[in-house]
Amino acid sequence: MSVDEATVRRIARLARIAVNDEEAHRLQGELSVILDWVEQLGEVDTAGVEPMTSVIPMVMKKRDDVVSDGAKADDVVANAPVSEDHFFVVPKVVE
Amino acid sequence: MDEMVRSAPKDKLIKGATGDWEVIIGLEVHAQVTSKSKLFSPASAEYGGAPNDHVSLIDAAMPGMLPVINEECVRQAIRTGLGLKARINLKSVFDRKNYFYPDLPQGYQISQFKQPIVGEGVVYLDMAEGEQIAVGIERLHLEQDAGKSIHDQHPSLSYVDLNRSGVALMEIVSKPDMRSADEAKAYVTKLRTILRYLGTCDGNMEEGSMRADVNVSVRRPGEPLGTRCEIKNVNSIRFVGQAIDYEARRQIDVIEDGGTISQETRLFDSRSGQTRSMRSKEEAHDYRYFPDPDLLPLEFDQPYVDALAAALPELPDEKKARFVADFGLSPYDAGILVGERVAADYFEQVAQGRDAKAAANWVINELFGRLNKDGVDIVESPVSAAQLGAIIDLVASGVISGKIAKDLFEIVWSEGGDPAEIVESRGMKQVTDTGAIEKAIDEVMAANPDKVAQAKEKPSMAGWFVGQVMKATGGKANPQAVNALLKDKLGLE
Amino acid sequence: MSELTGLTIAAARAALEKKEFSALELTEAYLGEIEGANGALNAYVAVTRDKARDMARACDERLARGEGRPLEGIPLGIKDLYCTQGVHAQACSHVLDGFLPRYESTVTANLWSAGAVMLGKLNMDEFAMGSSNETSYYGPAINPWRASGSEEKLVPGGSSGGSAAAVAARLCAGATATDTGGSIRQPAALTGTVGIKPTYGRCSRWGIVAFASSLDQAGPIARTVRDAAMMLGAMAGHDAKDTTSVDTPVPDYAAALGGSVKGMRIGIPREYRIDGMSAEIGALWDKGIDWLKASGAEIVEVSLPHTKYALPAYYIVAPAEASSNLARYDGVRYGLRVAGDDIIAMYENSRAAGFGAEVKRRIMVGTYVLSAGYYDAYYLKAQQVRTLIKRDFDSAFEKVDALLTPATPNSAFALGAMTDDPIAMYLNDVFTVTVNMAGLPGISVPAGFDARGLPLGLQLIGKPFDEANLFRLAQALEDAAGETPPAQRWW
Ligand SMILES: [Mg+2]
Ligand SMILES: [Zn+2]
Repeated sequence: MSVDEATVRRIARLARIAVNDEEAHRLQGELSVILDWVEQLGEVDTAGVEPMTSVIPMVMKKRDDVVSDGAKADDVVANAPVSEDHFFVVPKVVE
Repeated sequence: MDEMVRSAPKDKLIKGATGDWEVIIGLEVHAQVTSKSKLFSPASAEYGGAPNDHVSLIDAAMPGMLPVINEECVRQAIRTGLGLKARINLKSVFDRKNYFYPDLPQGYQISQFKQPIVGEGVVYLDMAEGEQIAVGIERLHLEQDAGKSIHDQHPSLSYVDLNRSGVALMEIVSKPDMRSADEAKAYVTKLRTILRYLGTCDGNMEEGSMRADVNVSVRRPGEPLGTRCEIKNVNSIRFVGQAIDYEARRQIDVIEDGGTISQETRLFDSRSGQTRSMRSKEEAHDYRYFPDPDLLPLEFDQPYVDALAAALPELPDEKKARFVADFGLSPYDAGILVGERVAADYFEQVAQGRDAKAAANWVINELFGRLNKDGVDIVESPVSAAQLGAIIDLVASGVISGKIAKDLFEIVWSEGGDPAEIVESRGMKQVTDTGAIEKAIDEVMAANPDKVAQAKEKPSMAGWFVGQVMKATGGKANPQAVNALLKDKLGLE
Repeated sequence: MSELTGLTIAAARAALEKKEFSALELTEAYLGEIEGANGALNAYVAVTRDKARDMARACDERLARGEGRPLEGIPLGIKDLYCTQGVHAQACSHVLDGFLPRYESTVTANLWSAGAVMLGKLNMDEFAMGSSNETSYYGPAINPWRASGSEEKLVPGGSSGGSAAAVAARLCAGATATDTGGSIRQPAALTGTVGIKPTYGRCSRWGIVAFASSLDQAGPIARTVRDAAMMLGAMAGHDAKDTTSVDTPVPDYAAALGGSVKGMRIGIPREYRIDGMSAEIGALWDKGIDWLKASGAEIVEVSLPHTKYALPAYYIVAPAEASSNLARYDGVRYGLRVAGDDIIAMYENSRAAGFGAEVKRRIMVGTYVLSAGYYDAYYLKAQQVRTLIKRDFDSAFEKVDALLTPATPNSAFALGAMTDDPIAMYLNDVFTVTVNMAGLPGISVPAGFDARGLPLGLQLIGKPFDEANLFRLAQALEDAAGETPPAQRWW
């Protein structure tokens, strides 16, 4: 399955990765090769086969409804590129 | 979409320039689950808090953090499903809904897409004319709330607070079964009532505990469904109505002007009462849902569900039916009383061992009226159910008149105290002593000989005498006794 | 190499108990080795000297009180994928520029409470995506092994290349690693070390930067099977913070060693004899079969018919999960931020500058296969194939106790040899990736050298949670193959 450059750009946009013309061109080739290669899965008859949900059969444990975390805004914003009064700060978002 | 959707009654159709239109409404209500901690983290789910204070490193999506599900949220979702008479799925799956937004720290929302915890159910609405409507529930799923971005503090910056991030929500999706703004409002109201009865959501719309995404489309009666627009995050029942009315009219105008409706996400502006297109959501959605590999399927067994079902409180529909059947109330009064569980409980306490209709009248007319007037919630009512019951007993036993009872209610409201003692100490008892009443009548008649003469010609004058006698006795005379004695003395009949 | 750094974990532990030297001396010896070697090998991306010394001193106090724990005083290197409190943790990516976690991963916390000492953070492929350590933002780690008579720099494998290189070059007594498609076993094989990927769920993933959540698993790389068993014993365990971790007791792996493998049934999957497999690898495999036979094990041929589809299925599942797991690197809460005209441009610029080419490639593939209209054809299909792969193993394990396969299709290769051909690089994991797809434990054991004098490894694959038997079998191989000498020092 080969992809075109417009698809590469749409996917890059979805993934929020800026790509220049050169990269888009290169990625088009690389993605096409990889997708071509994985295409061989089409040979496998998977009719009626359950998709894998967990490799080890086990039941998900649930936790009790207890508040045991929080009150650590310093830690939360400690690594933030920009923060102010414990808020994260980002370029203005337009709704 | 569903073709079995019901048609609007004629009077619900909207008049356009070119004929009648039918509006089709479906709602996705996001209701915050009542729990102490968040859906997948042990940080507080409480509203408010200093910025990023109710945030664990999981909520902030620090590298290597993993979600662990809160059992209480699962329990609450199942209980809500039971309250919506819905199918409970013993196995459900959490999926990731992927998109970028600064208040979505993981870059995905953990939600349920293909296999929700609750399937189809139904909510019944009582409309004004005694008409009942069934609104289908498509599904209920658990998901994480997002954080909050503040856009109006700075010209070029937004501030992000993650206190809400990861709080458990139930997204309750209705079928497109509503045909007017009134029905949609009744649906949200009813849903809110059910959730509050169950204690699974506090229904506080001002704090965002409940908000609705409203899907609106219009069509010619009997024709296929039109293209719908989704109005996001409407946060009051009144606004739900306004948004629908505006949006339906907008769509009709567009179509009648030869335009077409494009499927889009819109925002409701409560100041202008209008909806507008959301710029940030213009890009085509491609959420790339897939099962969250950090979470195994959510599983529980039927006995667990059965135990929750057995412990469910009586819900508004059942309570209303019981009030009608057992107390002989009108469906209308019963409907009003069951609107809030605490109000219904209050009423039942008052009605216990008393005339239920009198209790209903007192609660609906006097109590609710007074609560409304002062903007007081019933849980803070200055007049307790026991006090109101005592007042009703004093009327029933003839100790005070209905009129005095209202004064007494007012005294208990503002000063408190035991109603019987108040009546005693303030001499509010009804005078039934015929001697005292006769004396008052004689005095009034003696002072108004002309009126006595007139009354012989015009029996309706008796009312004037009753008033005078009541006035002379400070309202405490038994009105029946006054009436009978007056008629006798005036020689009427 | 100093005398102290020449000791295995087991030997060093015994000597520390006997007070032959102090934990601080042992730590200083390693810090000295790192100082002398890291310029050439680039195995460490951060060395935590002060922390190491502080921890070693505390170990000495405990040892003096006779309260030594299983790994008391043992200096370890930690893969940069593990979040370590207050210490560099970037998954060797620029996107996590300057990130200092305020938390400690469960596995490293377990190691510290077993008495281990932290030497620093080890190089790796960026976000564990690679098989040569060449995708690291910090440049490639270099294999201490060189072909005889050659000065060509070779890769140590990946993604745990720094871990493998550091263990092989004696720059730590043992190292943590992670394995998503072969990232422990392949570098172990390429450096003459032992690496085990335990059963999915055996170790907590909490605090380890996620690559592909349904495949990622922590494990050790060490010099000997016994050392690996000692380390895994300390690393493993249930963690309430990771609901995919299993709540079963951790056996005493080290105590299980030395038992006989007589009568154990070993499966030889015929599909692993792949087209174009080198004669050397084939011969190595046959040698391993002979060794196990000689130890009394019974050899059984088995079939795993979906083997050839494991790698392509992996290259759908892993990138899909990664595309979502790596969405959090957006320049908002930590790491690199590159300005843009608006928030979207800020995201796009930060991620474009922060991620390297291989990571971008995989995010793109993952985003594509999950995007509207493609989910069923790719992701769903791959997860169905995964079920079939798991079933293959289930039926094989009805007949056998473990499987023996080569660990890698080749020995260490030159830097840059495969960087232009992603699929050639991906094929490095052809023998290891099936194990991740089925969640099974797998161990790579040094089993000899190729004609150029480079180490080669064999892989044993076990039933879920049967690590103890895997260690026992691995030791049988290790005993037969003889001690792996350290790489000739050239740095
Ligand atoms: Mg929605
Ligand atoms: Zn939702």
